[in-house]
Amino acid sequence: MSISFENVSVHFGARAALDDVTLRLAPGAVTGIVGPNGAGKTTLLRAALGLQSVSHGLIRIRDKPLGDWSRRTLARAMAYLPQGGEPRWPLPAREVVMLGRLPYLGRFTAPDRADHVAAMEALSRCDAAAFAERRVDELSAGERARVLFARALATGAAILLADEPAAFLDPAHQLRLVDLMREEARRGITVAVTLHDLALASRHCDEVIVLREGCLAAAGPAETALSDPTLAAVFGIAAERVCDPAGRSTLAAFRRI
Amino acid sequence: MDDTLAAHRIRNMGDGGRATLVLACLALAFAGWSFLIGPMDLSAPALFAGLFDGHGAAGTIAREIRLPRALLALIVGAALGGSGAALQGLFCNPLAEPGVTGVTSSASLGAVIALYFGFVSFSPLALPVLAILGALAAAGILYILSQRGAGAVALILAGVAIASFATAMTALALSYAANPYAMSEIVTWMLGSLKDRTFDDVTYALPLVAAGLALLMLAGRGLDALTLGEDAARSLGVDVARTRGLVIVGVALATGAATAVAGAVSFVGLVVPHLLRPFCGYRPARLILPSAIGGAALVAAADDVLRLVAPDGQLLLGVATAMLGAPFFLWLIVKLGGER
Repeated sequence: MSISFENVSVHFGARAALDDVTLRLAPGAVTGIVGPNGAGKTTLLRAALGLQSVSHGLIRIRDKPLGDWSRRTLARAMAYLPQGGEPRWPLPAREVVMLGRLPYLGRFTAPDRADHVAAMEALSRCDAAAFAERRVDELSAGERARVLFARALATGAAILLADEPAAFLDPAHQLRLVDLMREEARRGITVAVTLHDLALASRHCDEVIVLREGCLAAAGPAETALSDPTLAAVFGIAAERVCDPAGRSTLAAFRRI
Repeated sequence: MDDTLAAHRIRNMGDGGRATLVLACLALAFAGWSFLIGPMDLSAPALFAGLFDGHGAAGTIAREIRLPRALLALIVGAALGGSGAALQGLFCNPLAEPGVTGVTSSASLGAVIALYFGFVSFSPLALPVLAILGALAAAGILYILSQRGAGAVALILAGVAIASFATAMTALALSYAANPYAMSEIVTWMLGSLKDRTFDDVTYALPLVAAGLALLMLAGRGLDALTLGEDAARSLGVDVARTRGLVIVGVALATGAATAVAGAVSFVGLVVPHLLRPFCGYRPARLILPSAIGGAALVAAADDVLRLVAPDGQLLLGVATAMLGAPFFLWLIVKLGGER
């Protein structure tokens, strides 16, 4: 399923958090959303999910306007991993992941076989099956991030939106999480992720969207979207481009200008 | 994989279900014991005979004193235990509880206003209705504060302020009401008691508490989802505003009706969910029903102990629950402080 924004604006009072944004998030690709703090990255994701009402414009999920989706079908179609979504109660990892099945559960019906299978499968896809029974507060930050990611996967949604899932993780765990997202995209899922780390975005995202003060500053494949003029204008930095052994270009050696 | 899945399921249902069953048996046992003890020394066969035929002193005592008291202990305990579990789920805060957050004190204020300003003479339902409105006001204020980003500690502090204010207003209301027994009445309403209740109290408290607990059960899934925060809950298809509304109204109904019959009994809703978490887990939906039943058992037990320690009825129910609950509350704060 694709998501398209048509001239979308979101206003908080007089301030425009998103200003006339038109873009498309394509299935089967990982789209990185980057931009300085306050550029509207989270607002973009929240608007796509219907968590934030838009003041102008139209958002379509698979050609159908967002407002025409029922709460439940939308919850089954889109999974969201919010920033700082740490569980408030020390549930076992398996129960956290099972929360991802809520869109399929009735008010009083217990999870059935299919729900248990989906939850266990999501856990094993994230290499988290080994600590399924452990309480999330006893896991390391990297393990907890994988459990939360598994929670989002357990829904089996066609769209996955993640807000800064890689923040506060060490490089190995960051890369592992990015690999999981790439794998989801290979399965045909629409993956969009906000990232602070431009190196990570340039190296691992198929498409990059650059936001600046609510406006779309650039969009496209990582090499073109993160061009030198864009880096200078939006972030006030310059960077080197390094080619890794696999032949992919990565931004590195950032410096202020 | 099949084996592990089945094992998970059996273990989960086993733990929660077994705990609930044990609690239900305990609650009935304590309530039965409460039925059998009292200032009038009557034998169990005489009391049961009196309960069924209604003849003589035993019949009157069994039907009009012992049975209402035993039933009310269960009803009040269920209301407070269930409300505590639901409030803790809503605020994602193990310290939240109707007593600590000032909901019971405000309900108590409503009840006092209904009783001493003549509203009950219009309709006996004025008592629970005003108590429920009091509870609703307190729960509503807490809800608004939580919407404005008040954290766990701020909510508890706000609850302390609400409780102090409601208690002061209760004292003020009672001293204005032309009533020679004002001072002793104040104490009864502030600490809670099951003394001198009649079957009428049961007939209105039971449906209101049941309705309140039913609303809380309906909110269960939503509370589970709120474990992941509001945005994640909404993305999972949960109507967060509806969940909050269900909890606020459910707590107000259950706690309001319970307080209208028993006064402000504190700490039951704090202690019970915490004691049950090792057996039922931390998921809010799975705690509400066991907490209600556990609350019933705890209040019935507290009432039994009270009457063994002080058969003259001078010791109030709230004294017992606070003696148990307040140190527990402090211990919980210390423990949570260590974790952060």
